[in-house]
Amino acid sequence: MIAHSIFFYTFSFIAVISAIMVTASKNTVHSVFFLILDFISISCLFIMIGAEFLGMIMLIVYVGAVAVLFLFVVMMLNVAQQKNQWFASQESSKHIPVGLIIGTLIFFEIIIVIGGWKYKPDIFDINNSISQTSLSNTHSLGQILYTDYIHVFQISGMILLVAMVGAIVLTFRQRVGVKRQSYIKQISRERAEGVEVLEVKSNRGVKIDD
Amino acid sequence: MTEIGLGHYLTLGAVIFSIGIIGIFLNRKNIIVILMSIELILLAVNINLVAFSIYLGDLAGQVFTLFILTVAAAEAAIGLAIIVVYFRNSGTIRVEEIDKLKG
Repeated sequence: MIAHSIFFYTFSFIAVISAIMVTASKNTVHSVFFLILDFISISCLFIMIGAEFLGMIMLIVYVGAVAVLFLFVVMMLNVAQQKNQWFASQESSKHIPVGLIIGTLIFFEIIIVIGGWKYKPDIFDINNSISQTSLSNTHSLGQILYTDYIHVFQISGMILLVAMVGAIVLTFRQRVGVKRQSYIKQISRERAEGVEVLEVKSNRGVKIDD
Repeated sequence: MTEIGLGHYLTLGAVIFSIGIIGIFLNRKNIIVILMSIELILLAVNINLVAFSIYLGDLAGQVFTLFILTVAAAEAAIGLAIIVVYFRNSGTIRVEEIDKLKG
């Protein structure tokens, strides 16, 4: 149990520090790196607490896809040159105390709710109880994901499809002046517009107009 | 050192959630950092759901964490696409220079 405590405090300390660095670091690229560190430490916590499948999925989805997408966009948009101006104008520093007050108020509200929270003892008698089965986490998750939650699962697939189509439609642009192959033009070409048979006279040659 | 319980994980979630909120308020750099703060908030929600799921013994929390993960990925893709289009049109993504809507 003592190892559990040590690992929890280590990973959560790293997670909190890197979350602070995400919002506070001046360079956007460094923010993305700290975001990756945050995701990794939280997924270590998930694996430690017993949700191995979600920890691994978190690594794959967040670190493998989302964070790399962020890095790609940051490097493509060349925002690193703004790194020296943390707060661009003096006026905007009026927002800082208000934001800090609202953030700490939200934090203390949540802490009060957590501290005063009690659960009913009969909440453990639920169908999907983990302790009833001796299956692994992934196995039991799959057993309810593909039966009880199959419609939500399909809808989340539709959400991903819509997001993919939307991202492509948003960033797609047709450039002018670019030569490209047109299959329909190539296929629908007829003999009349392609070749012409001429009677070539001697010593005259053929005049080509183009 | 006391035993690690549900309250510890909920407190960690609350801390990360608040850092995300403060990051949205205090950000003066560019919109990408705001998107990253939103990812932090979703991460805190995921921590809460997984902690409740483990300590109360109900797998539904982990299933919903999976769906939140899906929605977060979709949201990041769409948001970054919007940012790329905006940068292409106006040449900046600084927060205080984005005033086309006169808000």
